[in-house]
Amino acid sequence: MSEPLGPQRRETQPEEIAGAPPTTAASRFAAWQKAGGIIVPILTAVLAFLIGGLIVLATGHNPFQAYWDIINGAGLNWLAHPTNTDVANTAAYNFSQTLLQTTPLILTGLAVAFAFRCGMFNIGGNGQYLVGLYCANWVGVSFVNLTRPAHVLLGIAAAAAAGAIWAGIAGFLKATTGAHEVITTIMLNWVAYWIGNYIFQQGGPLQGPANKPLSIPISGDIAHSARIPVFWGDADLQGLHIGFFFAIGCLVLFWLILNRTTLGYEVKAVGYNPEAAAYGGIKVRVNYVRAMAISGAFAGLAGGLDMLGYLYHFGTTDVQAAQIGFLGIAVALLGRNTALGVGLAAFLFGGLLYGTTHGLQSGTIDPSLAGHLTEMIQGLVVLFVGADVLILAVWNSRRRIKRRRPAPAQQAAEAAS
Amino acid sequence: MSTYVGTLRRSRLYHSSTVATVGIVLGVVACIIAIPPITARSAVWPVLLGMLAVLFGIAALSRGAGRVGWGALAAGIIGCGLSVLAMQSSVSNLDQVFTASLIASMLVFATPLTFGALGGMFSERSGVVNIGLEGMMLMGAFWGIWGADKTGNWVWGVLIAMLSGALLALVHAFFAIHLRADQIVGGVAINFLALGITGYFFVQLYHGNNVPTGVSQIPDVKLTSERGTSFFAESFGHLNLMIWVAILFVPLSYVVLFKTPIGLRIRACGEHPRAADTVGINVYLVRYGCVILSGMLAAMGGAYLTVGYLNTFNENVTAGRGFIALAAMIFGNWKPFGAFGAALLFGFSTALAFRLPVYSSNAATLFQALPYVLTLIAVAGVIGRTVPPAADGRPYKKQ
Repeated sequence: MSEPLGPQRRETQPEEIAGAPPTTAASRFAAWQKAGGIIVPILTAVLAFLIGGLIVLATGHNPFQAYWDIINGAGLNWLAHPTNTDVANTAAYNFSQTLLQTTPLILTGLAVAFAFRCGMFNIGGNGQYLVGLYCANWVGVSFVNLTRPAHVLLGIAAAAAAGAIWAGIAGFLKATTGAHEVITTIMLNWVAYWIGNYIFQQGGPLQGPANKPLSIPISGDIAHSARIPVFWGDADLQGLHIGFFFAIGCLVLFWLILNRTTLGYEVKAVGYNPEAAAYGGIKVRVNYVRAMAISGAFAGLAGGLDMLGYLYHFGTTDVQAAQIGFLGIAVALLGRNTALGVGLAAFLFGGLLYGTTHGLQSGTIDPSLAGHLTEMIQGLVVLFVGADVLILAVWNSRRRIKRRRPAPAQQAAEAAS
Repeated sequence: MSTYVGTLRRSRLYHSSTVATVGIVLGVVACIIAIPPITARSAVWPVLLGMLAVLFGIAALSRGAGRVGWGALAAGIIGCGLSVLAMQSSVSNLDQVFTASLIASMLVFATPLTFGALGGMFSERSGVVNIGLEGMMLMGAFWGIWGADKTGNWVWGVLIAMLSGALLALVHAFFAIHLRADQIVGGVAINFLALGITGYFFVQLYHGNNVPTGVSQIPDVKLTSERGTSFFAESFGHLNLMIWVAILFVPLSYVVLFKTPIGLRIRACGEHPRAADTVGINVYLVRYGCVILSGMLAAMGGAYLTVGYLNTFNENVTAGRGFIALAAMIFGNWKPFGAFGAALLFGFSTALAFRLPVYSSNAATLFQALPYVLTLIAVAGVIGRTVPPAADGRPYKKQ
């Protein structure tokens, strides 16, 4: 493979240009990259759904019906404006619930994506989400004298700060001792998990005073002044709160930080090559801590919005069941760590999450079965995204077949001339 | 006389690390004499021993022992503190917590961790990071009890568990080795997949309820004829077969890894795959073998959990034990005995956490976070830096 590159390239170049619509090789390459950039996630998702469908088929259920149910369960039929008012109302509710699930997924996805851009893998999204949630709950239950916007904002700020500190520990350890952030964030996840089990359990510091005599390990409800206003649906029925726009705003913020600020430039430079960044005068260690803290702030914010937006209280069983932070990994990877991609992937997983667990109507597939189908699809997505070599090989083999077809015609033309 | 002193100075006894080790032992002893069966009720002896440990620590530090010296210093202070704490509580409470069966239950909790940690060690020694231990353990836990239930024989249960773990590990190996995917991403995916697969089939095959009771269980090894009350009988008298297997596997994997040509090849692949390839070692083959072995070992840990200990299954039954196993492996510095020691420590802390509600149920819950905090401290290099294999996590491309 050590042929001289220069002259060889020049000889082949005109041929390539003649065959393709884009005029220069550079623009062709850019187009190919762009196609690969979109195609890889789409193929990944399709492949994951395909294998998930095969498992559904193998266990004796109808995969098409199952997926159709999930789509309807997620309320996507609302977009088609159903004429039947009952169907329309259910669909609208389901769709609002899908967006409600999408909100924290966007943020935990951004958390993973931001650390990724700095060359770090933040597996601790779940722990950061949980500590954010605890802090928001504490703020929401205390400080009852505050007025609404102040109380809500204080809760959100506390949640983001808690997440930032929790992730910042991992960043700090990486910067000072070189401890690998994957290990430290996994450990911090479990520390957060046990803290949650501690604070909400019987006699725990955050257990609700009303729940104490009943031995219910659940926190108290947050004050009404701390609840984020609902703009779609009924606040008592988990309506969609305006935190959704907050999450969308964070997508924009994420893009702005990375593409329009010095901070983002430094983060990306460290992510591409820490040695080169250090040579260029960027403080790599500072950026590790900073990027982790920002990443954790996103995840903590997700916890805060969930708590103040629709959960209002939390218990030990909720702590044990929390998966939103882990789903963020799949969201970020599928979204290729870009703002738009994370938004779309979060919507996909939000739909899956709600569509499989709550929204199923026809009895084709057991809801609990479908819930595990989500986990499998999530696993397959992460598995395939990690191996874009495989996906690109599939994509390229398709291209190769395509390229082979015009080849005889070209040869004929060459022979004729 | 002066020659005698000179010999003493040169001997190992006088060496700073020896002094520090004695200090650490003294600190531990200070702690032990305050709890049953000795239960010293006077603070004099523990505090004296603790202070002696601190002195040894300072002596070692002044001779340049570094971390071990600080360890002795810490052991003395912590030993003092814990023994004084033990004296604050009543004898009856202490007797309730520190029984001989504490050792038995420590071994029970340490066994899945030992299997997982040994598995992870083989995989990482060959250069493949295995975050998917949790998933492989979960697969073993579910398919183990399924196998034992369907065949009516626990042997088949364990074998099927190992097969399921090996299959999942094969997926990880294929993506990590042949497709050169990010191994951490792959491991995360393995954990999700296992959660989905076991949950899905649990609902599909058992409708989400507990599996039928009376599933063939891995037998206990009865060393004492009747249920004796002696310390030995209560600690080791009737332990599960898998516990002994786990204990046996520790020296076995030490010998395999460090005393055989195969072990040398495994370590070469983890330290410098290019060099290993140059001398004719098939790096891909070694890595595949090690990852699959790690899946089998982790699955054995899972099978012990369901077929040997709980005799039932619920969703996500491993509940993070695979991650503690990973922590034990790191804490044990990628070495068999180190990993086993860490597994015992973490098992002990879990066993203790289950008995601490005598004092305060709140503190007991928080105590469960101890393994994770200790691992955080360990990777941060406070207790001596952990050193992973040089090529751990780096995909290798054949030339």
